[in-house]
Amino acid sequence: MIKIRKRLADTGYGVIAVIVFALSAFPVYWMVSTSFLPNNRIRGENLAFFPTPDVFTLDNYRSAMFGQVRAPFPPAVANSVGVTFLTLVITLVVGFVAALALTRFQFKGRRTFIVLILVVQMIPGEAMIISMFRIIDGWQLLNTIIGLTIVYAAGVLPFTVWTLRGFVNGVPKELEEAAMIDGCSRVGAFWRVTFPLLAPGLVATGVFAFIQAWNEFVMALVIMQRPDSMTLPLWLRTFVQATQATNWGAVMAASVLIAIPAVIFFLIVQGRMTGGLVSGAVKG
Amino acid sequence: MSSTLLDPPVAPSHQEIRQKNRTPYLPWLMLSATMILLGVLTGYPVVRLVVMSFQEYERAQLMGLPAEWVGFDNYATILTDVDGFWTVLLRSFVLMVVLVVITMVIGMLVALLMMRVGKALRLLVSVGLLLAWAMPSLAATTVWGWIFDTQYGVVNNLLTAITGDRWFGYSWLLNPLSFFTILTCIVVWGAVPFVAFTLYAGLTQVPEEVMEAAQLDGASAFQRFRLIQVPYVRSIITVLVVLSMIWDLKLFTQVFVLQDIGGDRELTNTIGVYIYQMGMAQGHYGLASAIGVVFVAVMLAIAYPYVRRTLREDEQ
Repeated sequence: MIKIRKRLADTGYGVIAVIVFALSAFPVYWMVSTSFLPNNRIRGENLAFFPTPDVFTLDNYRSAMFGQVRAPFPPAVANSVGVTFLTLVITLVVGFVAALALTRFQFKGRRTFIVLILVVQMIPGEAMIISMFRIIDGWQLLNTIIGLTIVYAAGVLPFTVWTLRGFVNGVPKELEEAAMIDGCSRVGAFWRVTFPLLAPGLVATGVFAFIQAWNEFVMALVIMQRPDSMTLPLWLRTFVQATQATNWGAVMAASVLIAIPAVIFFLIVQGRMTGGLVSGAVKG
Repeated sequence: MSSTLLDPPVAPSHQEIRQKNRTPYLPWLMLSATMILLGVLTGYPVVRLVVMSFQEYERAQLMGLPAEWVGFDNYATILTDVDGFWTVLLRSFVLMVVLVVITMVIGMLVALLMMRVGKALRLLVSVGLLLAWAMPSLAATTVWGWIFDTQYGVVNNLLTAITGDRWFGYSWLLNPLSFFTILTCIVVWGAVPFVAFTLYAGLTQVPEEVMEAAQLDGASAFQRFRLIQVPYVRSIITVLVVLSMIWDLKLFTQVFVLQDIGGDRELTNTIGVYIYQMGMAQGHYGLASAIGVVFVAVMLAIAYPYVRRTLREDEQ
C-alpha cells in the first residue's frame, strides 16, 4: 500500500517536472521554430508546430538581415560587437587592477572604497538616463561607440571589481609569499603563481561583462538614436515598433540572432552565478 | 621590487613584505582608473541629475537657453501629481510586490521539486530553467509578444481551437490588466530560474540526518519544510527577496517593448519607463530628473539592508 502510494507520488512529481520543463522551454522553442517557418505556416489556422523539412525555410533570416527594414543589420552587428568588446576589455583590465589593490594591500580608505563599490551598484541606471543623455550629448558623443562604451564600462565596472576581488581573495596570499621567499620578485610571483589560478575567474567575469553589454537596452535607447548607430537590441526593437502588421517570422529570426551569443556565453559560466550567493549564506 | 637571478636570493622577512604592502600611493594608483571612470560616469551624472532637478529644464534649455533655478518647484509638481507620478509609483510597487511573491513561491516550489525527483528529471528541469534564464529579456519579450499576438498568436489560435469561439483579433495588450498579466509571465519566467537554482543549492546543504530524524519523529512534509528547510535557507531567501525587489522595481525593457508591441503607454507605465517618457519623449528634463532623484533614493533605501548584510559577511 505504502509502496503504491510512493510510486503514485513519484509519477505525479515526474509529470510536474515535465510540465515545468515544457513551460520554461516553450518560448525558446517557439522562437526557434517560428524563425524557420514560412509566413503561411505561422499564421491563421494552418499553424505548424515544427519546421519539418518540407516547410523549413531560411527566408526569415534573409529578410531580417537584408530586407527593407528601418535599421540596417550590418552596422548594428558592428556597433554591438564593438561596444561589447571594448566594454569587456576596459572593465576587465581596470577592474582587475582595482581588485588587486583591494585584496593585496592594506591601506587607509580601503574599506570605504569597498562600501562605495557596493553602493554604486545599487543606483538604478534607469533613473540616470536624463543626466547621462545630457552629459554624453555635451561631450558630442551621442551616436558614437565611444559614448556608449564609457557608459557601459562605468555601469559594469563595480560588479567586475566586486567579483574579481572575490576571486583574488580565493587565492591565498601565502602562495605568493612562498614564491617570493624562493626568490621570485613580487611581480614575478604574481604572474607565475597567482595569475594562472585567477584565469577562470577572469573568464567568468569577462563573460558577465559581455552578456550585460550585449543585452543592454535602456542606455543604448537614449544614446544611440540614429538608425546606423543602433546596437542589436535597438535594431530588434525596430521590428516590433512598426505600425504596419509585424512580420513575426523575421522578428523571431532577429531574436534568435541576438539570443545565440548571449545564451552560449551564459551557459559557459552559469555554474558560478548561484555559487557565490550560497557559499557562506547557509548557516547551521 | 626588482630581484634578478644575479642577486643572491635573499629571502625577505615577513616584516619586509608587510612593509612593502604599506606603500601608500601604489594601491591608490591602481584604483585611479576605477575612480576616474566611476567619478566621471556615475558620480558626475548623479550630481548633474540633482542639479537638473532644481532647474527649469525643457527643450529650450537643450537648445542652449540658460537653465533657471526653480528651487523645489519640480519636486512640488511631481509630488502633487496624483494622476501621474503617484499612480505610476503605486503601480510600480504593486507590480513589484506581485512579481516578487509569485517569483519566490514558484521558485521555492521548483527547488523543492528538484529535491524530490530523480537525477534524470532534475537534469530535464535544469535544462528548461537554464534556457529561460539565458534568454536576453528583450528577445524574451518579443517572443512572448508573438505568443500572445492579436492576429496570429499561438494562444489565440489554441483558444479558438479549444473553445470554438473566434479568438483571432483579440488583443491581450490593450487591456492594462491582461497587459500586466503577460508582463508578469515574462518577468516571472525569466526570474524563477535564478531563484530556483539558488534555493535548490541552499536546500541541498540541509543535513540529511536532520530531515530523517524529523521524519522518524512524525513530522509531516510541510512541517519539515516550515521548521527545518526554511530556517536553514532563511538568509538566502532574504537576499533573493531584496534582489528581486530591486530588479522588479527597475523593470524597463519588458514594459517598454511590450508597449511598443501594442500596449497603452499611459495606463501601463512603470517608474523607469515614466522617466523616459517624461524626459526623453516629452522633453521635461527637469521634472524627469526630480523623479530620477526620488527613484534613486527609494532604491538605495531598499538596497540598504542588502548592502549592510553583504558588508558584514565580507568582514568575516
